[in-house]
Amino acid sequence: MTSSHGRGLLHLAAAVDQQSAYDAAPYAELARLAESGGLDFVTLGDSFARPGPDALAVLSRVAPQTSRIGLVPTVTTTHTEPSHVQAAVATLDWVSRGRAGWQLDVSTGEGEARLFGRRHAAPADALWREAGEVADAAARSWDGWEDEVTRPPQGHPVRVVDATEGQARPTAARYADVALVRAANAAQATAVRDQLRGQAVEFGRNPDTLRVLVSLVVDLGDGEHAAEPGHGGGGPRQTPHGPLYRGGPVDLAELIASWHAAGTADGFHLTPVEPRRDLERLVNGTVALLQHRGLFRTFYPGSTLREHLGLPRPAHQYAVSGGTS
Amino acid sequence: MTVRRRKQMCLAVRLPGAGSATAYAGPRATYAGPRGKSPLALPAFEHLARTAERGRFDFLFLSGGPRPEPVTVLSALAAVTERVGLAATVDATRTEPYDLARRLATLDHLSGGRAAWHVATSRDQADRYGRATELVATAQELWDTWTPDGVSRPFAHRGAHFDIAGEFGVPRSPQGHPVVIHAGDSDECREFAASTADVLLGRHGSPEAGRAFYADVKRRLATYGRAPDDLKIMAGVTVVLGDTATGARERELSVRRSVSGAGGGHFLVGTPESVAAELDALVRDDAADGFVLLPYLAPGGLDEFVDRVVPLLQERGAFRTEYTGATLRSHLGLHAPAGKG
Repeated sequence: MTSSHGRGLLHLAAAVDQQSAYDAAPYAELARLAESGGLDFVTLGDSFARPGPDALAVLSRVAPQTSRIGLVPTVTTTHTEPSHVQAAVATLDWVSRGRAGWQLDVSTGEGEARLFGRRHAAPADALWREAGEVADAAARSWDGWEDEVTRPPQGHPVRVVDATEGQARPTAARYADVALVRAANAAQATAVRDQLRGQAVEFGRNPDTLRVLVSLVVDLGDGEHAAEPGHGGGGPRQTPHGPLYRGGPVDLAELIASWHAAGTADGFHLTPVEPRRDLERLVNGTVALLQHRGLFRTFYPGSTLREHLGLPRPAHQYAVSGGTS
Repeated sequence: MTVRRRKQMCLAVRLPGAGSATAYAGPRATYAGPRGKSPLALPAFEHLARTAERGRFDFLFLSGGPRPEPVTVLSALAAVTERVGLAATVDATRTEPYDLARRLATLDHLSGGRAAWHVATSRDQADRYGRATELVATAQELWDTWTPDGVSRPFAHRGAHFDIAGEFGVPRSPQGHPVVIHAGDSDECREFAASTADVLLGRHGSPEAGRAFYADVKRRLATYGRAPDDLKIMAGVTVVLGDTATGARERELSVRRSVSGAGGGHFLVGTPESVAAELDALVRDDAADGFVLLPYLAPGGLDEFVDRVVPLLQERGAFRTEYTGATLRSHLGLHAPAGKG
């Protein structure tokens, strides 16, 4: 427990993305399953580049059917009006009573630009700078809302950034509460985490206010034994869809416990290959084992996503009377 | 009375957004307390939505944002209601059609076909009705790119306000096109509603003024190849009830003091019996197809109307006793949009 990484509580999150699902029921079912395992939050991806519903609306629809789990939709900042983003994220925090987060993302494609009547997409690093500015402006705006009646319950809903790509890393280090890192081995994950923490210090942040979660795609369909040599107990491998862990729920628990113990990550964000099957195995297998070993919470001591993550509720940046609105 | 089937009225309720006097006059006291209990938190809206559904209302209508963001609130309310329509106010002078169409189609899917949008325009915007008209038409083009069988075709739209192309990311939603609502009574507004809207929210002055407004707007529909029933005209009213006429008048005085500045329509004041008779008469005399209630004391203000007036309207055969369909279009008796096959 004296690691320089300040190894704290283990944090777990899961993606609830599903192909061709537009009704609320399949999303609510997965979110409730994740909540039964005490996971910190669920994510739902969103992109103008491929078919799919508006993720923030879907998780708002799920909010009344869940009570504790954090809800983190992807919100793209490139082609959306910043004032709309601020209002929608704050509203998700209200309807969920303090369980909202947002995963900032950018739209780099020409095709996405054409949907909005724009001819050219800007380079990724410029788009990520802009995403950081949107996050910053949102925080200032929420602080400017008069008082406790209109400010979002968490003050600032939790900001999540996928920091795997280099262009996104400065924005993650500066603004993210949670950074996701798609890494296939512990050394790679450690390197990115160290870099993010170092950059956070340069931005004047306490690096312990940044949670770094390793993102893995998980395929738990093969039972306790890895289908291929070198998997399961051997660890994930890189694939075109990101680092993939294939093996049994028990071996996954071993991997999570050992990477966490070594200070590689503050936790894991897991994307099930087969959503219903793998999330069920994750919760009832992997998570149950981690709980049994005392490595993961068995109930939610807090009610907000910030509380689950052990992050303080930000104080007002401005005096109440001097706020802008 | 003739033998033709009794005209059914439509009923809706406007939920106050942040910043309106209606939101704060009551709930400040009702929901006093720290975070999680603000009038913006879900319980305040949830109560009104459940009450509207208990009263078999056609829809509830979340007035101007930006806070809270209407589609987000209504997505959450879709989880705690089953039939009542959910209408979001959209600022037509700022919204981009692709993002808007995607969020509304998502709400329509998430609610099983209960989504509507109130198209609001800002006075200071040049060509505001031109942009609003093109916004609605473009959103409908995007929705029409998916066939009911789930086949998507690319779109390209080039107009005065939008020049966009690509593929729309959400399959056709249960209603095809979410219901279009507009509010106001200017000449431009009437014309826009006649060409584009499914519901027009008017302000109800005297019964005579209501009849003139109703006749004028319905007459304009023919220009656009539409039938009189294709556009529902609903009048905004604040209902104040009392056990006696005198009691109701006394309450009206205190309500008017507490909601000064709230705006919000004509006051209907009286006993449940007299109010029900008055509403019924307005619909029978073609002064309105229905009403949007502006409850003066959110979130409790609707309960009294649903408990005491709705049963009287139902006894008169003027209002449904049960929902007969699942979608908002079905509640309002609107045709399914043709779509382009």
